[in-house]
Amino acid sequence: MRPLTKKLWRDLLHMRWQVVTIALVVAAGVANYVSISGTYASLLGARDRYYERERFANVFAPCARAPRAIVPDLAAIDGVARVYPRIVEHGLIPMTTMPEPAGATLISLPVDGVPPLVGVVVMAGRLPDPERTDEALLLDAFASNHDLHAGEMLSVVINGTLRQVRISGIAMSPEYILSAEMGGGRGDDRFAVLWMPEAVLAAAYDLEGAFSNVLLSTEPGANERAVLAEVDRILEPYGGSGAVPRSHQISAYVVDGEIAQLSGMATTIPFIFLSVAAFLLHVALSRLVELQRGQIAILRAVGYRASEVGAHYLAFVAIIGLLGGALGIGLGVWLGEAWMNLYLEFFHFPYESFRLTPDVAITAVAVSVGAAFAGATTTVLRVMRLPPADAMRPASPDVYRASLLTRIGLVRLFESGGRMVLREIERRPGRLLLSSFGIAMSVAILVAGRFNGDAIEYLMENLFGRAMREDVMLGFVRPVPEASLLELAHLPGVHRVEGFRQVPARIRFGHAHRDVGLAGHPPDLALRRIMDLEGTFHRPPEHGLAITTKLAEILGVRVGDEVDVEVLAGSRRRAPVRVTALVEEMFGLQGYMTDDNLRRLLREEPSIDVALMTVDPSQLGELRRRLTRLPGVGSVVRRTAILQAFREQTGRMLGTMTLILTLFAGVIAIGVVYNNARVALSMRQRDLATLRVLGFTRREVGSVLFGEIVSHLLLGVPFGLWAGHWMAVGIMSTIDPERYRWPVVIGPQTYAFAALVVIVTTMATWLVFRERLRRLDLIAVLKTRE
Amino acid sequence: MSSDEVVLEARALTKVYRMGEVEVRALAGVDFALHAGELVVLVGASGSGKSTLLNLLGGLDTPTGGSVRYRDHDLTRAGDAALTRYRREHVGFVFQFYNLVPSLTARENVELVTDISPEAAPAEETLALVGLSERMDHFPAQLSGGEQQRVAIARAVAKRPDLLLCDEPTGALDSATGILVLEVIEKVNREIGTSTVVITHNAPIAAMADRVVTLADGKVISERRNRTKAAARDLRW
Repeated sequence: MRPLTKKLWRDLLHMRWQVVTIALVVAAGVANYVSISGTYASLLGARDRYYERERFANVFAPCARAPRAIVPDLAAIDGVARVYPRIVEHGLIPMTTMPEPAGATLISLPVDGVPPLVGVVVMAGRLPDPERTDEALLLDAFASNHDLHAGEMLSVVINGTLRQVRISGIAMSPEYILSAEMGGGRGDDRFAVLWMPEAVLAAAYDLEGAFSNVLLSTEPGANERAVLAEVDRILEPYGGSGAVPRSHQISAYVVDGEIAQLSGMATTIPFIFLSVAAFLLHVALSRLVELQRGQIAILRAVGYRASEVGAHYLAFVAIIGLLGGALGIGLGVWLGEAWMNLYLEFFHFPYESFRLTPDVAITAVAVSVGAAFAGATTTVLRVMRLPPADAMRPASPDVYRASLLTRIGLVRLFESGGRMVLREIERRPGRLLLSSFGIAMSVAILVAGRFNGDAIEYLMENLFGRAMREDVMLGFVRPVPEASLLELAHLPGVHRVEGFRQVPARIRFGHAHRDVGLAGHPPDLALRRIMDLEGTFHRPPEHGLAITTKLAEILGVRVGDEVDVEVLAGSRRRAPVRVTALVEEMFGLQGYMTDDNLRRLLREEPSIDVALMTVDPSQLGELRRRLTRLPGVGSVVRRTAILQAFREQTGRMLGTMTLILTLFAGVIAIGVVYNNARVALSMRQRDLATLRVLGFTRREVGSVLFGEIVSHLLLGVPFGLWAGHWMAVGIMSTIDPERYRWPVVIGPQTYAFAALVVIVTTMATWLVFRERLRRLDLIAVLKTRE
Repeated sequence: MSSDEVVLEARALTKVYRMGEVEVRALAGVDFALHAGELVVLVGASGSGKSTLLNLLGGLDTPTGGSVRYRDHDLTRAGDAALTRYRREHVGFVFQFYNLVPSLTARENVELVTDISPEAAPAEETLALVGLSERMDHFPAQLSGGEQQRVAIARAVAKRPDLLLCDEPTGALDSATGILVLEVIEKVNREIGTSTVVITHNAPIAAMADRVVTLADGKVISERRNRTKAAARDLRW
């Protein structure tokens, strides 16, 4: 081994704690990058492969009943590659394990069992026998939620008739990566898909020679907008309710949203860690070079080139970068698998897992070494420019001047230890700022990471505590007369009953449209209130329609504009309605009218499909039994059950997240504090030794270094709390507001937690460091040459 | 031992340092020549310009005025790369404070040089020359001052340089240890024939020189040739 290489390794070994603490900060950044980018790439790759292998369609168009004779018209649309007409209908699956039946989407399978568009992946069992009328493939997510297997029987309500269906196999489809139904938002346990031979569904729904849903693939470069418009035009006479592009297919839409959110996070968080690492490397290397001026000089004197000496110091930081990079990749893969598994609880892919793609790994290594170089550049350039004769002389003493703090007399207020701290801060304000910045970032990461918990808690308190005040919500499969509420009022334990009507509707304005829920609230509705982000309650406007601010933004609608409302159920009425109010709600896209106005729009008799009740908790059991026996009840939801499930789920995710972030924030705090203390000690050891000689105690001498650390905390923690708030705002802004938006509410306990973690980590690091300080023979320092 | 061949020659050499607003004239027109195999001792008070002259001769620094020539190379006009090559191929340095790399053993410190000089003798051989065969694998912190300085000399001469430039090589040592070090320098000069310049403010050392040059205020104020060279081991101070 070359002697310079040996020197390199021994220097690294000598500074091992600094090396390790800095490498850990690099590793934290790289781990974040690898896990988030890797998850992003894995999900994206999984999605694209899935879509490609299973021929995911470009256009999805539902209709009521269209004759197969129009298929050639659809195929003739410019840019359309393939057309696949199919039957998609809705059924119910009564489950003994749930009080309410699960919703089921029934989808036709062609005779050969292989749909030309949007394929089905059979995970277990086999395709249904086309000769039989009682076999079906069942969606994997539902099956695993209810522990159902191929060969078992299932009761299914198909077009109003209860039928026994044998599960021939368990399947997945790219149409249901996320299993959710339009406007329903039911979980995996409440939503099923059954694929059955086309002849069976055609007979059941009277659709022989017809279809109720059509899929189209387009040629590359096709004008999607024009295709959609043509499909809508052709299907209009047949009850077409609007073709949607792939990007708005419900599962694809949600999956894309989640994936997009990851891509934003993949760069911001690692950037914070790597800039802190670069700063730490800069501090550590500058000091190393300062200490090795004589060695640099001798290397230059005996004939090493400036570039060789520069490369030697670059190698020093590169190794720290590589060490952090390698550690980070390992940690990142592990974290990435955890991330990916979290996603795979919601996203259903037939064959995917976390993959570390070479480009992510290469970028990770490049970025970590890059951060190391970024921190080292100025110092290495200084080394290379150092004339060899200059390097032989010790560096000239640092210049201290009577500065502002001295002149205004502030310095006199402190004892000499405090003065030394103040002078040091004055002399190197840059280091104070950067160190405080490092501390601030570790505080901010904690605040931003935990803010979701606060926001969700706020949401629960407000939404469930103030806006949704019922104990039990009842959903009817079909609208029932308003008079049914009287019946409900007589059930045991019921204090109060209210109801309202809610329909899915498409709201169009200009070229834009969105499918939303449209609710008709009676004026005295008290158990369900419309609440904005500020917590103010609103009533539906006396005339016209109130929509959420976000919907207005998307459609480009202002108060006073007239929108086109098409009801997507029942009468399928379509009429212009004036938007008379906007309301800034937390969740997505909604419209509100008074019950009378909605009824007029629907041309219906007074009816409801949602009933809300407050009940005597002691009679809840009996009430539930009675409710499930009522005809036409589609769902019975207890508010506290939702709350509990929600809390449990978010609690688990939040707990893991907090643990990881706390570790990472701790890594930054340790890195900053330890390295700063180490470097400060090395730079000031003569001063400190002199103080010892003058009769200062070890504790007093230590307090000079401790004072610096405290100054970093004093500046860094408040700034970090502030920065954390804005980081949370930034994270929130990357979330697709069509899905949900919640206010950036950060509770005092989160601020306190973040500050405490960092302060405790700092103190613990200091205690470890003080032990090292105690073992150091400061007096001996004075006997050596600088 | 010296011949008439001039190895290193400085003419009208000046060096001005600018320290803030003050100009310090470290050298004010020095003429100096070093002959092949010659041992010259440079004496003078602190601040007389000895170290500055040595740095310029060794290519560690560039002069403000005048010229330095090594054989047929003009060092005055040489850039950093050329000066580095000059030091690498022809010059060995010994400093008052040894300047060993503390993280490398005695042998490895010498190897720093043998590693980049193809002509160099093995580190072990050179360390034997300075009497340190037994302590080759010790780190600087485990060696006495005199031993460290001998490692520094071994490192300087391992590549068989044409020039050995020593700046106060005994300055940090007691007299007995200092004499040991001087004996090594003398031996190198005699056995390898390296042209040597030794800076000292310690007058008795001048007795071991072929020639003694005295500097004051950046100028050569006297030059004398020793009729008889004293052996290093006979020196006393």
